[in-house]
Amino acid sequence: MKNVVKRFGDKLVLHGLSLEIYNGEFLTLLGPSGCGKTTILRLLAGFEDPDDGEISIDGRSVKKLPPNQRHVNMVFQSFALFPHMTAFNNVAFGLKMKKTPSDQIREQVMAALRMVRLEDLAERKPHQLSGGQQQRVALARAVVNRPKVLLLDECLNALDYKLRKDMEVELKQLQRRLGITFIFVTHDQEEALSMSDRVVVMREGAIEQVGTPRQVYETPINLYVARFVGEINIFDGIVTRRVDAANLAATVEGMPCAFKTDKSFNPGDRIKVLLRPEDLRITELKNGKPANGRLAGQVIERNYKGMTLDSVIILENGKKVQASEFFDEEDPSFDYAIGERVAVEWVPNWEVILPDEEAKSL
Amino acid sequence: MKKQNLFKTLTIGLTGAWLGVFVFLPTMMILIASFLERDETDFVRMSFSATSYARLIDPVYLNVFSHSLFMALVATVICLFLGYPFAYLMARTRPGLRHFLLLLVIIPFWTNSLIRTYAIRTLLAANGIVNQVLIHLKVIDAPLQILFTGGAVTAGLVYILFPFMVLPLFAVIEKIDVSLFEAASDLGAGRLQAFVRITVPLTMPGIIAGSLMVFLPALGMFYVSDLLGGAKDLLVGNFIRNQFLDARDWPFGAAASVAMMILMALMMVAYFISIRKIGKEQIG
Repeated sequence: MKNVVKRFGDKLVLHGLSLEIYNGEFLTLLGPSGCGKTTILRLLAGFEDPDDGEISIDGRSVKKLPPNQRHVNMVFQSFALFPHMTAFNNVAFGLKMKKTPSDQIREQVMAALRMVRLEDLAERKPHQLSGGQQQRVALARAVVNRPKVLLLDECLNALDYKLRKDMEVELKQLQRRLGITFIFVTHDQEEALSMSDRVVVMREGAIEQVGTPRQVYETPINLYVARFVGEINIFDGIVTRRVDAANLAATVEGMPCAFKTDKSFNPGDRIKVLLRPEDLRITELKNGKPANGRLAGQVIERNYKGMTLDSVIILENGKKVQASEFFDEEDPSFDYAIGERVAVEWVPNWEVILPDEEAKSL
Repeated sequence: MKKQNLFKTLTIGLTGAWLGVFVFLPTMMILIASFLERDETDFVRMSFSATSYARLIDPVYLNVFSHSLFMALVATVICLFLGYPFAYLMARTRPGLRHFLLLLVIIPFWTNSLIRTYAIRTLLAANGIVNQVLIHLKVIDAPLQILFTGGAVTAGLVYILFPFMVLPLFAVIEKIDVSLFEAASDLGAGRLQAFVRITVPLTMPGIIAGSLMVFLPALGMFYVSDLLGGAKDLLVGNFIRNQFLDARDWPFGAAASVAMMILMALMMVAYFISIRKIGKEQIG
């Protein structure tokens, strides 16, 4: 996709968006509802035409190609199964349209249904199937046509939590087995991170960041991406001095500290220091004052999560911080009481430093 | 609790009494009359006879019936072919236009259909607007005989019954999820294939309901045939009316009515069976 612009009426939905999608990858479009991610799918499928720009698949422009002539298939958010047809006939529909001989249709449809483990329910109508089964029929109906690109529009939303987790694994395995390019749309960052080869984080019709799940999670390029993908703590800081090319001195929440960064900052610049809850460490407060490089605070909430202990700590300047720690069975003093005063520190170099966009715009 | 029960009893009782007096009793009277004999002075004589039914099998009357059925069928087919695209457009267009079109369909109900039939008559008459416009445009030299033809009767039936085809079709088309059409297209179906394989099967209940709502009244609208057909193209309705008012043969008219009712009842049964079958395919 190159410089694609899409308007609905006078509302600009996509602002000159360019995106290259690699063959055989699992790409996820992640963003809040209304950010234009579904529009991208509909443009690729051919249900919408771009007002400007170019869309090509396999190097060929598909601008003038109607949906029924594109080697692209879609799994709809509502599944859009034909209610008057059995699961078998739903899956067979695409092959029938291609005038495939009927013995081949039978073979391929049953193979597709077997793949989604529904071969016993082939003669059921959609309304006789559960949500998860309907979802798998919709998937089989798209995959059976061997598309170059499979588009999945928030199709896990309708399923309950357990089923969704199972389908995530199944989708990922299916994609590896078939080698088809999957383009998956979701607003659920967990889904995006666990399934994708690459994640595209979107906001209001524009791409904020494209990268592997690890890149967008560990090194978000701006505050929006950081906030949208996972939980984040944001500390305010001011640059005090550039030590050398790789080192920076700054104060964070009033505390002097040193960072390694090669980004260009000038003394006096406002910065944001981003830390995931699992980057933080909570330690006991000795002598009532925190040691160097630690911030003092008070535990106001603690949630036992099984694997981790999640706490909310309010710092002395009133800022709330989330911390998530793995249990250390060797450490008897691991647990904290609500109201206990503690010190907060983070693992050096796990932080991400960004310029304060909000301050700049002021 | 008690008050509610009283209210329930009262409303159901009133409705029941109303239907009993104004629907059930007259129908029973027709049924009884159809088995009586004709009488010059008292309309009917109290003696059992099935001769009225025997007379119905006469080819002359069977012709009237079959001709009327044919006219109703033609009117139904025309209504379907005009009404389907209209209903489709109405269901799929933007809401503003949809309300406007819906209003156009409903407005004629504000005027009695008899009055509207008179209006059509003036349109189609030898010196009516249609002929005058055609002459003015030099399409024809002399006025066409439009009024008092089978075509005029059919046109009248189509005009009056058109909304009864559009509304049930609109109701079913509107409910179809647009993504089904997108899915069909996505899976390689062209417009025609999507229409034949998706749209038509899903709208079948509306097609059947609309067709019945046109076909059944089209058998009985005697004033349309009177005013536009000059009583040449007899509908079953004309025939029954003539027996009661002109020939004063109440038993024979009643027998024709009963035959008509049985025919309609059979079609309603067929409708419910087909709906249940389609419903089973879709829902149950």
